Amino acid sequence: MRKEPGDPEPLEEAPSLEVQRQQEARLIEAWKTPTGWRYWSAVNNSEVGLWYTLTAFCFFLFGGVLALLMRIQLAAPDNDFLTADRYHQIFTMHGTVMMFLFAVPIFEAVSILLLPQMLGARDLPFPRLSAYGFWCYLIGGTFVCGSLFFDAAPKGGWFMYPPLTSSYQEGIGPDIWLLGLSFIEVASIAAAVELIVGVLKCRPPGMRINLIPLYAWYILVVGAMIIFAFPPLIAGDILLEVERAFDWPFFDPKRGGDPLLWQHLFWIFGHPEVYIVFLPSVALMAMMVPTFARTPIVGYGWVVLAAVGTGFLSFGLWVHHMFTTGLPGISIGIFSAASQAVAIPTGIQMFCFLATLLVGRVVRSVCLLFVLGGLATFIIGGLTGVMVAMAPFDFQAHDTFFVVGHLHYVLIGGTIFPIVGGVYYYYPLITAKYLSEKLGRIAFWLMIVGLNVTFLPMHWTGLLGLPRRVYTFSSELGVDHWNLISSIGSFILASGFVVFLYDVLRSKRNEPLIKRNPWQAGTLEWLAQIPDKPWGCRSIPEVDSRYPINDQPNFMRDVDEGRFYLPDAEEGFRETLVTSVIDAKPIQCLRVPGPTFITHLAAIFTGGVFILGTYHHWWLAGISSVLALAAILCWLWTGTAWIPEKEEKDISLGLTMPIYVSGPNAVGWWAMFITMLGDMTAYVSLLFGYFFYWTIHEDFPPEGITGPGVFWPVLGGVLLLASWGLTIAAQYQNRKDHAGKFYGCVIAAVLYAIAGSFALIMGPWQTGLDPTSHVYPAIVWVLVLWTVCHAGVGIIMLLYCAARRAAKKMTARYDADITNVTLYWHFMALTVALLVIVIAGFPFVS
Amino acid sequence: MFRFHAFSTSSLHGFCPRSARTGRWGRNALWFTCLLTISFLITGCEGIQSALNPAGRDAALIAQLYWWMVGGAVIIWLIVVGLAVYALQINATEHDYNVTRFWVIGGGAVAPTIILTVLLVYGLSMMPTLLEPAPEGSQTITVIGKQWWWKVRYHLPEGQAVELANEIRLPVDEPVQFYLESADVIHSFWIPSLGGKVDMLPGRQTRLTLHPQRTGIYRGVCAEYCGGSHAKMSFEVVVMERDAFDTWLEQQQAPAKSASNELAERGESVFLAHGCGACHTIRGTKANGKIAPDLTHYGSRLRLAASALPQTRDALKEWIAHPKQTKPGVHMPSFALLSEDDLTALAAYLEGLQ
Repeated sequence: MRKEPGDPEPLEEAPSLEVQRQQEARLIEAWKTPTGWRYWSAVNNSEVGLWYTLTAFCFFLFGGVLALLMRIQLAAPDNDFLTADRYHQIFTMHGTVMMFLFAVPIFEAVSILLLPQMLGARDLPFPRLSAYGFWCYLIGGTFVCGSLFFDAAPKGGWFMYPPLTSSYQEGIGPDIWLLGLSFIEVASIAAAVELIVGVLKCRPPGMRINLIPLYAWYILVVGAMIIFAFPPLIAGDILLEVERAFDWPFFDPKRGGDPLLWQHLFWIFGHPEVYIVFLPSVALMAMMVPTFARTPIVGYGWVVLAAVGTGFLSFGLWVHHMFTTGLPGISIGIFSAASQAVAIPTGIQMFCFLATLLVGRVVRSVCLLFVLGGLATFIIGGLTGVMVAMAPFDFQAHDTFFVVGHLHYVLIGGTIFPIVGGVYYYYPLITAKYLSEKLGRIAFWLMIVGLNVTFLPMHWTGLLGLPRRVYTFSSELGVDHWNLISSIGSFILASGFVVFLYDVLRSKRNEPLIKRNPWQAGTLEWLAQIPDKPWGCRSIPEVDSRYPINDQPNFMRDVDEGRFYLPDAEEGFRETLVTSVIDAKPIQCLRVPGPTFITHLAAIFTGGVFILGTYHHWWLAGISSVLALAAILCWLWTGTAWIPEKEEKDISLGLTMPIYVSGPNAVGWWAMFITMLGDMTAYVSLLFGYFFYWTIHEDFPPEGITGPGVFWPVLGGVLLLASWGLTIAAQYQNRKDHAGKFYGCVIAAVLYAIAGSFALIMGPWQTGLDPTSHVYPAIVWVLVLWTVCHAGVGIIMLLYCAARRAAKKMTARYDADITNVTLYWHFMALTVALLVIVIAGFPFVS
Repeated sequence: MFRFHAFSTSSLHGFCPRSARTGRWGRNALWFTCLLTISFLITGCEGIQSALNPAGRDAALIAQLYWWMVGGAVIIWLIVVGLAVYALQINATEHDYNVTRFWVIGGGAVAPTIILTVLLVYGLSMMPTLLEPAPEGSQTITVIGKQWWWKVRYHLPEGQAVELANEIRLPVDEPVQFYLESADVIHSFWIPSLGGKVDMLPGRQTRLTLHPQRTGIYRGVCAEYCGGSHAKMSFEVVVMERDAFDTWLEQQQAPAKSASNELAERGESVFLAHGCGACHTIRGTKANGKIAPDLTHYGSRLRLAASALPQTRDALKEWIAHPKQTKPGVHMPSFALLSEDDLTALAAYLEGLQ
């Protein structure tokens, strides 16, 4: 309890029962889930989160079946159960599905489902964005997985190394991977933005940064990692797909490209990815361990620091996936040491859990069994991880079954076991019924035995010389019986999941409802009523503790009787509180939008761009992108930045909050800021490509190829920077309510931006840079086109603002639109400046 | 046949009985340990491709590192799991803040830092040795990975080179310098019994130095997924005494012997008539193709089709008639239209290319 003087107390007297009933009726009316076919228009976090979770589990089962097929094939030497081609498709899809369609989405799904509850919020700040992300994920995931049934699936491995995937694979398999997954990555980033803003801005009043539930801390770390890790992969996807579709030689060494650039971009994503899928499970452990130890977590600060530290370190390790590419010894040594170092924050987190168990009085349960089993298994994976991080050993173990064994110990022990434990833990919260302890134990033992029988021998087969990704093997290696044991183990493991699945799906109609807060946990999500109500929290509490249900007297009663904030929805809107980032002081009563189908349209048309692009139907893809843009604009127009009917609202406990805010206080501003950080990361990854080529070539730009010159890039840069200045002026004029000057600035900014984009294109165009001839023109063109596309988006945004003002949806006071657009243009200015410096300036110094 | 180091097994056996006292988790630990031990007992570390049956200096160094790390890992795992069991069973009130702080800081930060530092000093100190180029005058060999075979070029002291395929022979107790290249996609060159692997990257040349120390026949393999027949891209490695090696290398430099009997003569004409020479080279004949393995001394090789098949006449006939059945995606066309007699003759001719 860290009560500070001046913190509001709950109301002394509860409102009368009559008033309470009316309040509840109004809340239900505002938050009710649509029924019938309109159910699918829901955007509330509890519905979207549930769909998301179930979909992720379906993809998990699909990936699991693929694994079993592989194990059947490898049960015996020279087996012909699968053809080589099938096997390659299947191992590629197994990795792809598990990583992109299960591990990352399940984290986002569970977080969308639980985060608002944990923060005592009624919903996430952008419910329609979650829904959009979900539908994108469903469409993209189905598309990518479906390719397997048409014998068209990617077969380049989940790592997709060119030139195998650029020049040596016919068909659309690699395009499905590149475009289909880019689409899903966009959805993942959208969800990450939403979750980060949720943690930063949608906490209950009083939940200062040192009182945040550990799960939310982890979400913050993992969300930030997604923002910085996915864009390099997207940049790589762009380069590889452009090479495949238009023959720009980014990875073709004959024309100056280099396949290693892909490996860098992929692993700058790929290694943080491991922690992106692992840390959320640690987060679940951090919620379950204190509950079952009946004590607050030991070393809260240590856990937070360790999580943040892991996040940072994970970006410095990627080269350990490339130890055998002939890098200089000194870089190998540095990355080897850095890879070892990540064991330290991981160790701290594990020992904080152990210390919590030590001081607590442990209550046994299946949840804890999965946590501890996962911990014991994960530690094996961690220890073998230290071994493969040791470069000399990696020279032998790399790309063998040893690594397969290692990574499955980490991912099943570290990620999946805690998730299954988490399902046992949170299932009652979602459905008001328990899962069976007995079936849970059976599932646990089948899984842990199966896991070890499958993957322990793999360490051995690897060191006996069996490389990874082989569709068959020869008896001469002496690994026949080990492979057979692994295959048997995989079916034991799968049977554990079957038991678990049965437990989840079996009818529990005849079982009684659970009692509220069944595990006697202390965090806010357990405020959920039985049966659950759609409003989340009956009233949004003032929080003074990390475990308020346990620590704050009469807490549940006060929440239920509406003695805290926002106990009512007088105007019939969906409302939740926005608070300040550090101290969680209330700053806004945020109105969030309700059910809609516009997000479905946006998702379908966005999917159309990627899917039609896969088949090189460029015109149709173009039409689809216009439709997607229209849907998104319509969604923004109708669903965001409404001008409220009144300036402020009484949120109870003597506080009145503005309903509309703009600038750094607003969630929209933060979302734009975070999105643009990701966007800049992708751009920097492309710039990294430029300088990477410079480092590997003696003369870059190469002799005989003139660059884009100085005149056109500088002219384009000046025009676009002028456009940026005019955008700032437009924001200023809008605030001053000088309508004429505002429109003048916007129109001038748009014209300058068009002219600037034109000038930027003229640079490489006029100097005749042929992007198919060499990698230098290709990378210059990519950088220019990236900037021009961003200018295009900036132009649309400016016109949108002008239209909003003309339609009286934006005024001098209610100016969130132009404020966020100005923020976009700040990043745009940075993009332009970097572009001009690099393409026009760098050739002089290189 | 059980070629493992004493310290590793003693550490494993030593921990079995102690762990048995610590309840269910202890029993589990015992189970793992026993499984691990059994794994050694059943198979040992033997195998033509085993990294733990070193026949070279580098593999031996790494195997030693491995055994130390396995021993340490087992001990650490038992300690951590033991602590977890203790934490579960112990009553709460006996511990104060300092004890938990000791666990978190000691177990989570200090102990790993010390252990990892020691490991890094030990492990990284062998890096200069592993990465050091072979001294001037050592045998140098360029190996070029292709989908799905190996072009092997021995550089001779006088500056010329001789081109072979899919088999590498090395003199024992002498360092050898490999230059590694790729003609198409990324491959990885790995002879587990001799040392670590190094990737073959198109557009680059990577290096690997090996120090064979024991004569014998080993197998190398492609370790980087390279498409269709990645699983069938291997090669034989023969470590020989210096004299035998010199004799062999001299023999490999010579042009092909002409066909010695009627059957082989017919085979040669089949070979040339069906355009095999467009892809394959047989030095001393008109066949001078460059895109497929050199066959000048095909008959002297131990295995066929990048070690995918044994060196028998039936296997060879089957390979020529239906190469894709052995190696999916292989670029060699099928010669199923050859008559049985032609196939036999062709096989006889190739076998005779000693």
